[in-house]
Amino acid sequence: MANMNVIVCVKQIPDPATPGALGSDNTLKRDGKLILDESDSYGVEMALQLVDAAGGGEVSLVSMAPNGEVSGMRTALAMGAAKGTLVSDPALQGSDALTTAKVLGAAIQKMGGADLIIAATESSDGYTGTVPEQLAEVLGLPSVTFAKKVTIAGGTLEAHRQTEDGYDEVTCALPAVISVTAGVVEPRYPSFKGIMAAKGKPIDTVTAADLGVISVGWAGAGQSIVSVTQAEARAAGEIIEDDGEGFAKIVAYLENLKVI
Amino acid sequence: MNIWVFSQEASGAPTTATLELLTKARTLAASVGGNVTAFVGGDASAIAGSLGEHGAAKVYATGDLGGKLPGAAVSAAMKAVIDGGDTPDLIMFPQTTEGRDIMSRLSVKLDRTVLTNNVDITVDGGAVSVTTPIFGGNVLVSTAFSGAGPFLAAFRPKSFVAESAGGAAAAITAAPVPELGATGAAQVTAVHVEATSGPKLDEAAIVVSGGRGLGEAAKYEMVEALAKLLNGAPGASRAIVDAGWVPYSYQVGQTGKVVKPGVYIACGISGATQHMVGMKGSKNIIAINKDKEAPIFGIADLGIVGDVHKVLPKLIEALQSRG
Ligand SMILES: Cc1cc2nc3c(=O)[nH]c(=O)nc-3n(C[C@H](O)[C@H](O)[C@H](O)COP(=O)(O)OP(=O)(O)OC[C@H]3O[C@@H](n4cnc5c(N)ncnc54)[C@H](O)[C@@H]3O)c2cc1C
Ligand SMILES: Cc1cc2nc3c(=O)[nH]c(=O)nc-3n(C[C@H](O)[C@H](O)[C@H](O)COP(=O)(O)OP(=O)(O)OC[C@H]3O[C@@H](n4cnc5c(N)ncnc54)[C@H](O)[C@@H]3O)c2cc1C
Repeated sequence: MANMNVIVCVKQIPDPATPGALGSDNTLKRDGKLILDESDSYGVEMALQLVDAAGGGEVSLVSMAPNGEVSGMRTALAMGAAKGTLVSDPALQGSDALTTAKVLGAAIQKMGGADLIIAATESSDGYTGTVPEQLAEVLGLPSVTFAKKVTIAGGTLEAHRQTEDGYDEVTCALPAVISVTAGVVEPRYPSFKGIMAAKGKPIDTVTAADLGVISVGWAGAGQSIVSVTQAEARAAGEIIEDDGEGFAKIVAYLENLKVI
Repeated sequence: MNIWVFSQEASGAPTTATLELLTKARTLAASVGGNVTAFVGGDASAIAGSLGEHGAAKVYATGDLGGKLPGAAVSAAMKAVIDGGDTPDLIMFPQTTEGRDIMSRLSVKLDRTVLTNNVDITVDGGAVSVTTPIFGGNVLVSTAFSGAGPFLAAFRPKSFVAESAGGAAAAITAAPVPELGATGAAQVTAVHVEATSGPKLDEAAIVVSGGRGLGEAAKYEMVEALAKLLNGAPGASRAIVDAGWVPYSYQVGQTGKVVKPGVYIACGISGATQHMVGMKGSKNIIAINKDKEAPIFGIADLGIVGDVHKVLPKLIEALQSRG
């Protein structure tokens, strides 16, 4: 295949370095500046490498985020993606994973589809880990989740798929959806040139209505939060500075538990 | 209330996570009336006895999947049974690779939301709610399903205790995989299982885990040596799994294994929320970290503020000399 077009799903999330907080409706607050989920930087890097290896084609981005947020998408564009579609709509506030997958699926169709669609195995903030496989079902495509090593030859994808106790070798015809784990590739840092170029790359912003997706947001979710409580805290333990005899404390502790 | 439990097999027996869910489903069904069905993606003849003992009155089995990935195949088989008129009120999935994939596909087929990463479930009249820990387990969120079933929920391993009720072997009904079309194109061509010795990470009575504080891959040997001396299993933070020091099967945490050993020893691990959610249930926690502000000390029963390269060799030597 000479030309390989890849769409990467990129989630824009609150900076994980700042402590998470729930809003008055008990959904995660997303009003501050959002950044590219680090989990998705692996997908972007893998897409760029696969297009490179194919010798032609381009990497596009799709994202659903509030308030027309594009800063995370710009990071991915600076890495080398060519363009993106953002779905931003107040009606999507509080969407569940299924709605998210329907929205992303409709946006991907509007973008004209792709040979390969890449997502991360789970996002850093919601981490349901269900969106990629739901997206595949929405699009009627095969999928390989938990992909580690991915190569494409003659229109067929070959992947190592992580399992609980090792990995499987899997083949799959394209088009397909894959979800990739963290650490599969080393995401590149955007260069200064890349950052400048990203400013001029096109991002198409659409609403849920533009995509014809109905029953969205909290009302469409099929679930409601009934309570939020603090978990029982563990009682504070004994913390000591090692003075060279710290190991003996551990030995005594284990003896006391009768495990040695 | 009729409950299905997606049931998995490993080396000829149901997985512990499966038996935990069957036990819980049995208790729920007994309290509100209804029955429990196990749904197996594969051949169930070897495990129908154990599934029955733990509460399944009936087993649906797809038969051998012929290398097809379970997400598309098993969800299609479930949908076919539902279309055939047997509709459960609730389907419980273990929060595993396969459980997650099948539940996701099925949610689209049924147009029902999924609730993931749960640790508990309650049924009160017709209302079904599940409990999810967030922010590293410091906050518990209870969420109720609304609308019509089937309700789809996934539970983290070790959320419930597996107990046999001594029931009879469950009768097996075939639930074949229908024609999948394009969605069935993913095919497994080879299976690689990492060789491990000693107790399994998620079953061991003692777990010794290492993190980035070990400094380099070679130093993980200290963690392995200590685990071996204590007849425990070695584990890891995701930082050193991503760095390639140890395989993914060693990972403890939100995206790795949930462990609840009698003793958990964290060596050079900071205690990120995603790590803690996988080991917080341990009975006793010992942490060695050179930074006295490390969050891991917030949940440690015994904390040593010190250098792993000094503490671990001495600890290993002391245990060795005890013979
Ligand atoms: C703590 C918490 C718990 C939640 N639990 C549930 C739950 O149990 N069930 C439920 O239905 N919803 C749940 N939600 C809501 C859910 O997080 C959102 O619906 C979210 O839009 C999609 O789910 P995710 O982030 O969990 O996706 P995941 O399935 O974890 O995401 C995997 C990958 O899919 C792609 N992706 C996901 N979302 C987007 C996006 N908006 N734009 C572009 N790509 C994307 C990315 O590549 C991402 O890495 C929860 C939210 C929070 C904060
Ligand atoms: C979506 C998502 C899922 C995740 N899932 C998981 C998961 O399942 N499991 C998991 O573990 N993580 C997970 N993480 C990653 C997690 O956030 C942390 O990055 C990771 O746990 C950190 O690993 P660490 O403690 O080894 O490294 P660090 O956080 O770098 O900590 C190293 C510690 O070692 C100490 N140290 C350094 N030198 C020494 C020395 N000589 N002696 C003693 N102590 C020393 C330091 O003080 C520090 O506290 C996830 C992250 C995301 C975003």
